[in-house]
Amino acid sequence: MKLTRRAFIGTTAAASLSAPLVNAGGHGRPKVVVIGGGAGGATAARYIAKDSKGEIDVTLVEPSRQYYTCFFSNLYLGGFRSMDSIGHSYGTLAAEYGINVVHDWAVGIDRGAKTVTLAGGSTLNYDRLILSPGIDFIDGSVPGWDVSSQNAMPHAYKAGSQTELLKRQIESMPQGGVYAMVAPPNPYRCPPGPYERVSMVAHLLKEINPTAKILIADPKPKFSKQGLFEEGWQKHYGGMIERIGPDFGGDNVSVDAGAMTVTIDGSVEKVDVCNVIPAMKAGRICEIAGITEGNWAPVSAHTMQSRIDENIHVLGDASAQGDMPKSGFSANSQAKVAAMAVRGALTGSKVFPAKFSNTCWSLVDTDDGIKVGATYKATDEKIAKVDGFVSKTGEDAALRKATYEESIGWYAGITSDMFG
Amino acid sequence: MKTLLSMAATVLFGMYASTAVAGDPEKGAKIFKKCKACHAVGDGAKNKVGPQLNNIVGNAAGAVEGYKYSKALAAQADAGLIWDETALSEFLKRPKAYMPGTKMSFSGLKKESDRENVIAYLATFSDTETLAAAPAEEREVTLSDATLSIEGDVAYGEYLASDCQTCHQVSGASDGGVPAIVGWPRVEFVYAMHAYKQKVRPNPVMQMMAGGLGDEEIAALAAYFEGLE
Repeated sequence: MKLTRRAFIGTTAAASLSAPLVNAGGHGRPKVVVIGGGAGGATAARYIAKDSKGEIDVTLVEPSRQYYTCFFSNLYLGGFRSMDSIGHSYGTLAAEYGINVVHDWAVGIDRGAKTVTLAGGSTLNYDRLILSPGIDFIDGSVPGWDVSSQNAMPHAYKAGSQTELLKRQIESMPQGGVYAMVAPPNPYRCPPGPYERVSMVAHLLKEINPTAKILIADPKPKFSKQGLFEEGWQKHYGGMIERIGPDFGGDNVSVDAGAMTVTIDGSVEKVDVCNVIPAMKAGRICEIAGITEGNWAPVSAHTMQSRIDENIHVLGDASAQGDMPKSGFSANSQAKVAAMAVRGALTGSKVFPAKFSNTCWSLVDTDDGIKVGATYKATDEKIAKVDGFVSKTGEDAALRKATYEESIGWYAGITSDMFG
Repeated sequence: MKTLLSMAATVLFGMYASTAVAGDPEKGAKIFKKCKACHAVGDGAKNKVGPQLNNIVGNAAGAVEGYKYSKALAAQADAGLIWDETALSEFLKRPKAYMPGTKMSFSGLKKESDRENVIAYLATFSDTETLAAAPAEEREVTLSDATLSIEGDVAYGEYLASDCQTCHQVSGASDGGVPAIVGWPRVEFVYAMHAYKQKVRPNPVMQMMAGGLGDEEIAALAAYFEGLE
């Protein structure tokens, strides 16, 4: 993804033509600033703008002009989607919803003055601030790797140029070469993501490099949809994939990006591609705002408001909310609760009890889709799981195909729910 | 009932043999079970999620009274589409490929014999003079009058609907395996949701979503989605 520091103000002129309807804090229409234009931020901006019908001035700050969804980026690696098909622009949010879309980095937050400073130098005022910055990586979590190693050893856990780089590296592997993945510790973005990725890499290698090997070093004793993935790996890619869990040293890993080696429990492996997915924390702007405890930003389940500052809501991967997995679906679901709470606070609109849901689909091989999902409610303590399901091992091919087709429908649905 | 129906079908099959409807209406009646969630046919059949299908075979497309067709189908109807056996068969093979933009959320009947049979079954309902008796109205679940008569709160439905719109597009577009749900008659919406809630319909995502909704909430959603175009 190309990052630009040049600010672009979307529809300031058009938005300022509408008359202020509600006066919050004595300065015209109430202002909401949303930082991060992914599944949480884009959805929240769109719902607030749509449902407040012009009563709230919404600004969305997102560095990328073209946003590539992390979800379905593994399908790009497998050859099931083009990069273009997972790219989205903010044109509709600006033109049809009157959202001020600002392509810049947020670099400072003054919670007392309720202002956001952008890298381009300008300052935005807010009545409510929504932070949905996604994840950043924890330095030193995989010894030998830092962000400066990401060209030699890509993470590809923020979609776009990193994903393209990883695919090129896999395509360039020598016949019989080794793709290694250093899997992340909990909690992290998209629990089934690394394992869907292994499935998609295996699918690609089976076509172009059938004697290649996949090696996973994993610090976790178990992982999401494990039985389903392992069944699929055995069925479709028998013998290609080896996973080393913590009982065999998968939690004691270092890398050397210069030498292209992975050292697992003291044993040095020379590899051809090394996909390092480090430990994660909330996007840095949460730390800058001073609303994190540990690695994440704790929130109230009823409104997604920060436990530290009630004028800030935190959505998606960056939040510590309870039982929901860090996923695009979860962020989208939380965004709707936050949007309703923000409108209620700023315009007095009706607030209904919070409800949340999540489903994660994964593709194991052609027409072999699996899924896991749950519904959630807000308690004073956390977002708490109510009910859930997971695909079963041994399901027939027609059901697996239907599950994959359902995921395609979901992708179209959620991206139109985010970007209009 | 079944015997009567098959007798009627046999008699009518004779009549339609000359118009080259090649299938077996008895077998077609079984295939039609896949269609019944959305379509009714027979004496007194009413529009549901899809139009009622009396007089469909051999007649002009888009002509069922009181049914709101997709733009795609309305345009083809204006252009003179006739649902003869060939056109119906092509449509039923892969509805979305034959008619991009159709509201019909059905993946299709791959087997030619299945298509021939179901068209033959429909053909038995395509002569008003001798319209076969409709199979008894069978709902997937039984709902009380109290449940069916709840007036849904549209505003509440709009909020609850945001949960649906992660997958079901508010524009009425549909992709992959996720159907469009806008503009459904509310009673059909209520029956469908309760069928998921009672786990009569198998999809686990929908069982879970519907399982978390009370009767009032289902009614609210039904009222909201009925009003969308």
